[in-house]
Amino acid sequence: MNDVIIRTEGLKKDYVLGAETVHAVRGVDLEIHRNEFVAVMGPSGSGKSTFMNMIGCLDTPTAGKYWLNGQLVSELTDDELARVRNKAIGFVFQTFNLLPRASALHNVELPLIYAGVGSRERRRRAQEKLQMVGLGDRMEHKPPEMSGGQRQRVAVARALVNDPALLLADEPTGNLDSTTSQEVMEQLAALNREGQTILLVTHEHDIAAYAKRQVHLRDGIIEKDFMNHHGGAEA
Amino acid sequence: MLIFEIIMVAMAAIRANVLRAVLTTLGIIIGVAAVIAVVALGQGAQRRVEAQIQSMGTNVLTIRPNWGHFGGVRNVAQRLYVRDADALKRESNGLLTVSPVASSGQQVTYSRWNAHAEIYGVWPEYFAIHDHHLALGRYFTEGELQGRRRVAVLGANVLSNLAGQDSAALTPESILGQTIQIRGVPFVVIGILKAKGESGFQGPDEDIFVPTSTALYRLFGGRERLSSIEVSTFSPKEQEQAYAQIDQIMRRQHRLRPGDDADFQVFNAAQMMSTFNETNKTLTYLLAGIAGISLLVGGIGIMNIMLVSVTERTREIGVRKALGATRQNIMFQFLVESLALCVLGGVLGVGVGFLAAHLMTTFAQWQTYVAPYAVFTALGFSAGVGLFFGMWPARRAARLDPIEALRYE
Ligand SMILES: Nc1ncnc2c1ncn2[C@@H]1O[C@H](COP(=O)(O)OP(=O)(O)OP(=O)(O)O)[C@@H](O)[C@H]1O
Ligand SMILES: [Mg+2]
Repeated sequence: MNDVIIRTEGLKKDYVLGAETVHAVRGVDLEIHRNEFVAVMGPSGSGKSTFMNMIGCLDTPTAGKYWLNGQLVSELTDDELARVRNKAIGFVFQTFNLLPRASALHNVELPLIYAGVGSRERRRRAQEKLQMVGLGDRMEHKPPEMSGGQRQRVAVARALVNDPALLLADEPTGNLDSTTSQEVMEQLAALNREGQTILLVTHEHDIAAYAKRQVHLRDGIIEKDFMNHHGGAEA
Repeated sequence: MLIFEIIMVAMAAIRANVLRAVLTTLGIIIGVAAVIAVVALGQGAQRRVEAQIQSMGTNVLTIRPNWGHFGGVRNVAQRLYVRDADALKRESNGLLTVSPVASSGQQVTYSRWNAHAEIYGVWPEYFAIHDHHLALGRYFTEGELQGRRRVAVLGANVLSNLAGQDSAALTPESILGQTIQIRGVPFVVIGILKAKGESGFQGPDEDIFVPTSTALYRLFGGRERLSSIEVSTFSPKEQEQAYAQIDQIMRRQHRLRPGDDADFQVFNAAQMMSTFNETNKTLTYLLAGIAGISLLVGGIGIMNIMLVSVTERTREIGVRKALGATRQNIMFQFLVESLALCVLGGVLGVGVGFLAAHLMTTFAQWQTYVAPYAVFTALGFSAGVGLFFGMWPARRAARLDPIEALRYE
């Protein structure tokens, strides 16, 4: 198919710790299409975060190739990667990673600042996304004044504000209670229904159940890759 | 657009911790304030001396003892004697008006008052050389000079210096003909000078003039040494000739062979100005150098706090990078922050420097002048310090690995 968003070929990541080399990711071949909702699962230390960091262009692979939207990004420079992250990728982190001293609105505006969007347009788009995640009345609040669920929704709004091709979430519900987790997952599922491509890392099966496809990693390689039965039948 | 946003971010970081920002910039504040105050002092002194030298008149030549070099050893000052002045007067065929000057600060008392004044032992010609004029009474005569008589001519402000608060009790009329004590020696006041104002060279407003002979033998303990001999010509045109004559007469007086270095120096206003300027410049540079070092120390303080700031905000840097900030963006943000800190310190320092200069003028009566160039140099310097010492922390921030930065606790 020609709407492939992610394609990796023999993606590898080694960490050298003194005399020892940790093979965190040992050759992953994966294709993810537009409008997919994929949950990456696997035991602790299986390389999920390492893989996600490479997909998110935060890290470069030791070996292998990675195309994002048809562009070979595994060979880009730091600043080119920064631009790709800014334009094509939205991140949602387990620990939210909001700027504590800035308002929700300013936090959501951040990616637009680095995209060079003018202040009025920036404000408009940030407000729109905050309203979309149901925080229209909390825009001037700062993260420490918000609940975990609210913070994660600010993070989701921030991840979406650049209209990225790909939304990446590494254990987005890891710091939330189960009710709040479900709310956030409903939000992501709704976004996916509207066409957003999502790649999610989780330990929990009920969280992975929101996705349409599951990829299981073990020791840095894909162990299983299958469709959730309730999900769409495309492949 | 992006640059403006990044500047706002840097400013917000400073605003978030104003106290720390001010403490951090204390070094810069002190450094810049020191530069401003020191240069203000130097400039003030220069202006004052310029005015004084100007008012001294272009006709006046001052002969001073030179510092002699003998066998490479820097020797004590050579001496000038009254007989040198005598020779100049006798042998210049009326071209020169001459007066020796012996001076010393002494305690003066009259009635229940006392004050400190500079006592000048001079010839009657001195008043003509410096164009001083009498307000009351008379100058001393040749006879009084020969007789070492204890007579004194007072500068215009001596009375008010003596009387202080109750100056109404001490009028020029009332003191004329009365006896004052200079270093315990009685002197009859025979004249009082007109005020010359601030620009008067070597007073004369605060000073007391007595015959040279009296000063040397009755006040300064038989010490024959003069501080200078002052000479004037009728017009500036005769100065070249006067120089030649002075040189010839003084060399003979001091028994110098042709080719020997002169053991005296002859100054006129312009020369004194340039000598003073040179000394003043050296001093200003020296002090400005010391101030510069404190700026440097301030800069190291800035670097230190910027490194702390980078470490504290490692996570923030990670977030910004993850969201698309380039190395350049991050570097710029931290450079602007340290630059802003230093310029803030610079501006505060200029304010403190102005204040210090003002206080020195008010309380120590030192003339000061804050030159615009000093302000701009100091600000420029502190900006330079901000850039220089901000560079390393900013580079460190820019080079942080986004993943490690995000993981930082
Ligand atoms: N910066 C690093 N330096 C050295 N080793 C690392 C580094 N990051 C990860 N590793 C190692 O790589 C392997 C994979 O780590 P990774 O964080 O990708 O696992 P994970 O699947 O995300 O685990 P978890 O479920 O606990 O988050 C682990 O053995 C880890 O110790
Ligand atoms: Mg992980």
